[in-house]
Amino acid sequence: MKIIVCVKEVTDTAVVLKIKVDSPEIETENLPWVINPYDEYAMEESLRLKEKHGGDITVITFGNERAENILRGCIALGADRAIRINDKSVKGRDSFVTSKILAKAIKNIGYDIILCGKESVDYGYAQTGQTIAEFLHIPCISAIKKFDVFPSNKEAACNREIEGGLEVVKCNLPAVFTAQKGLNVPRYASLSGIMKAKKMKIETLELDTLDINPSDFKPKIKITNLSYPPKRTEGKIIQGLLPDTAKELTKNLKEAGLI
Amino acid sequence: MDKFDCIIIGAGPAGVAAALTLVRKGLTVAVFERGEYPGSKNLFGGVLYSTILNKLIPNFWEDAPVERHITKRRYSLLSQNSEMAVEFDFDDFNHPPFNNSFTVLRSKFDRWFAQKAEDAGAVIFTETVVDDFIYDNGKVSGIKARREGGDVYADVIVCAEGANSLLTEKAGLKEKPLPHQMITASKEVISLPREVIEDRFSLNNDEGMALEFFGGAVKGMIGSGFIYTNKDSLSVGVGCPISVIKENNMKPNDLLELFKSHSVIKKLLRGGKTEELSAKMIPELGYKNLPKLTVDGLLIVGDAGGFVNPSLYREGTNMAMYSGVAAAEIILEARQSGDFSEKGLEGYIKSLKDSFVMKDLERYGDVPEKISEMPQLFKEYPDAVLKFAEGYFTISDLSKDELHRQAWKGFKDKVSIGKFLWDMYKARKAIL
Repeated sequence: MKIIVCVKEVTDTAVVLKIKVDSPEIETENLPWVINPYDEYAMEESLRLKEKHGGDITVITFGNERAENILRGCIALGADRAIRINDKSVKGRDSFVTSKILAKAIKNIGYDIILCGKESVDYGYAQTGQTIAEFLHIPCISAIKKFDVFPSNKEAACNREIEGGLEVVKCNLPAVFTAQKGLNVPRYASLSGIMKAKKMKIETLELDTLDINPSDFKPKIKITNLSYPPKRTEGKIIQGLLPDTAKELTKNLKEAGLI
Repeated sequence: MDKFDCIIIGAGPAGVAAALTLVRKGLTVAVFERGEYPGSKNLFGGVLYSTILNKLIPNFWEDAPVERHITKRRYSLLSQNSEMAVEFDFDDFNHPPFNNSFTVLRSKFDRWFAQKAEDAGAVIFTETVVDDFIYDNGKVSGIKARREGGDVYADVIVCAEGANSLLTEKAGLKEKPLPHQMITASKEVISLPREVIEDRFSLNNDEGMALEFFGGAVKGMIGSGFIYTNKDSLSVGVGCPISVIKENNMKPNDLLELFKSHSVIKKLLRGGKTEELSAKMIPELGYKNLPKLTVDGLLIVGDAGGFVNPSLYREGTNMAMYSGVAAAEIILEARQSGDFSEKGLEGYIKSLKDSFVMKDLERYGDVPEKISEMPQLFKEYPDAVLKFAEGYFTISDLSKDELHRQAWKGFKDKVSIGKFLWDMYKARKAIL
């Protein structure tokens, strides 16, 4: 079974981001970069699939040289092969461009199961998995919380959480599945895995080898503005002793229209 | 897992200096670091002394992420609301090697330094905690890392785990330190535009300044504060023995707030924005209380060894690097004979003793004890001295002779001259 895992490098959510002064972009210098947390669930699921049914795992990303770190992380966990599609020549990109390019590369590699995170935690469009499926003309089940594969029938079954209940969905393989939090608990890499990852060469794929029209690199959507969330107003500390403080608090809450 | 020639625990200055020295001689070296990346958990006040680094990587400043080189130093005595200071400005320090003093931010610097070791062939495992040593017939022969397949073996282990020395204690080489032997320092990185910093501290280009504050930096408690200039930020911090923090029922962060709210300090930080808050323990164990530094198969380096000069020089990273290099050199020697026993490694102690590391540690060995016996240095004396100066400079209709007499009388009423002079003598010997 050929398993493909698509991963994306995102900024660590713990950092405070800065917006560039002259364009609607994030200041990316000196930021810590990590694998998109939802992709970690996808990666873990691929390992469990391989353990159960055998097969090989190819992990793929569309990014710059720095993104090789997250690929190495996946190798350390147990991926068999890692490919970086070099994004150097692509100026703007959106989910459409990313999916188009990933789909093309995946088609060349061959696939039975494609796993993605359900969204990336940076922009959160939640489109890439579905759009890859569309380009490959295969089904997609998004935001899965349980995954069972039946290789003999070429079928897969997934649990999805829906409003007020649980949905069990089946589809034929090959297909794309996007991982929701709760699908599994990702493991830590073993020391020998990390060693292996350090030595392994990451394959780089240049775009011109993919036979894609330059028009496909044009994003369909454009970010026109980025702004910070509204600042939280400063809290108020009421000082003094009971019962005066309680009275003051009640007065304040009333004034604010909260009670 | 393969066996390595050497395993190093901790990718701080000591561990990386050892790793770099060893891989350059062709040894296989594994470094285990619990942080996300080397430097992510490492911290110091802000000034790096680089005599050893410059030997390891000549002209490192051309490549390393250094902030500014120190050309100015200022030492202040604070009372509650006034200051007496002496300032030095050395133009000669503007030329390589820049007096081997640079401000750096450790998260960037340590990362760069570790990368040098990695480029030279060291294998660095990040986000990997080491829980224990593995023993073979009493000799340390490996480590237990908190990961699957985490038992890793080597001919010799270098422990560069830092101030919180759980492994060194576990191995029975070190006692749990007493509260007055550990300084808790809190630090903020406060951003200010480059030009503001250069104007405010009167600096050109990459010149930097180190400001140290003694006396009533923190409400007259034992402790001291500092401000170091980075490129476009200030490292601002304060340190106090844990015992004092505990007695006063304070949190380390309260100390920093007190320091920052001092009228003198406030002016220097005006308009700045806090970017980062951090805290670190500094081991000031005293020369007599240093841990045992070698056993069969194991050497202790850096903060774990207690290599911190608690005097005015505030030297730690340079000593750490020296100890790392010294440990590596002894390991290279021991490889010739294949003897990694305590006896085979004893050259490490000799190397430390022959160097500034042990000489300085011995010289300033009892600073923590001496200081904790003299709380008057931090409250009564600075208050009295500054009150005297205030009286001296107060303009009034009194004759100057009368003015001086009054100021002097005020001073004598507050402190006993004999004891004051004796304490000053003791303090000078201990600190300067």
